[in-house]
Amino acid sequence: MGSGAHGGIRKYLAVFGALLCLTVATVLVSYADLGILNVVVALLIASLKASLVALYFMHLRGESRLVWGFALAPIAFLLLILFGTLVDTQLR
Amino acid sequence: MGDAHPAERHDPAVAFESAKLGVWTFLATEVLLFGALFTAYAVFRLKFPALFHAEHEKLDRVLGAANTVVLITSSLTVVLGVDAARRGRMRLLQAYYGATILLAAVFLGVKYVEYGEKFHHGLHPGTNIFFSLYFMLTGLHGIHVLLGMGVLAYVLVMAGRGRYSEEYRTPVEMSGLYWHFVDLVWIYLFPLLYLAG
Repeated sequence: MGSGAHGGIRKYLAVFGALLCLTVATVLVSYADLGILNVVVALLIASLKASLVALYFMHLRGESRLVWGFALAPIAFLLLILFGTLVDTQLR
Repeated sequence: MGDAHPAERHDPAVAFESAKLGVWTFLATEVLLFGALFTAYAVFRLKFPALFHAEHEKLDRVLGAANTVVLITSSLTVVLGVDAARRGRMRLLQAYYGATILLAAVFLGVKYVEYGEKFHHGLHPGTNIFFSLYFMLTGLHGIHVLLGMGVLAYVLVMAGRGRYSEEYRTPVEMSGLYWHFVDLVWIYLFPLLYLAG
């Protein structure tokens, strides 16, 4: 820590710039008619943005395995709930 | 209780790590709270694809995008505030947190305009399943924005009273984590509701 505070700020600004670019990209893509791919692309871009926020703004990148476990466990449960429910409602 | 070493119990580093795991655990419950609504969104979207496509076009993409930029900017000001606290710059922390609270107010202001417009056009939570989910998801998110503003304001006031230092800034870091989560939720809400019909 502390190795050049300006380096840290520059890193945050770079992440911020990337988030803005991805926001512009996701809005532009939404005007194209890609069928089902519209949702896929929108979710991919959202996940990329979410990863940037979690890794750099929430400092997950430098965290221990224990914190990573706490951060990822709910996502596993969310996927379980989502897919379990969809399998039930779609295949009934 | 009994077997914790007294020195360890008062070790600030241990306290900090514990607080961090506590906040991440709380955020896990938040993921599942919003996750249940996201699941409902997925189920009904697959059931009524035409309705979802027609209704999502009634949302204002430009206002939604503007609010996305506002919220991402507020995430930047929070992380810069936390960074300032790490360097012991408490005045700077206050400035960044003040800016964040202002941006949060702008976000809610835009949301207020959007809600007003929808109500004006007779679109209510009871209109159909799409608008039920829209108002439920954005409303719950709005409550989180409001609570986040409260947490940030608390940290701002306490920083003014000199409660934090380079060594002790746990509440600063925890409030930052919470605010980034509020941003994370919107990062998914925006494309799902406004963009991908």
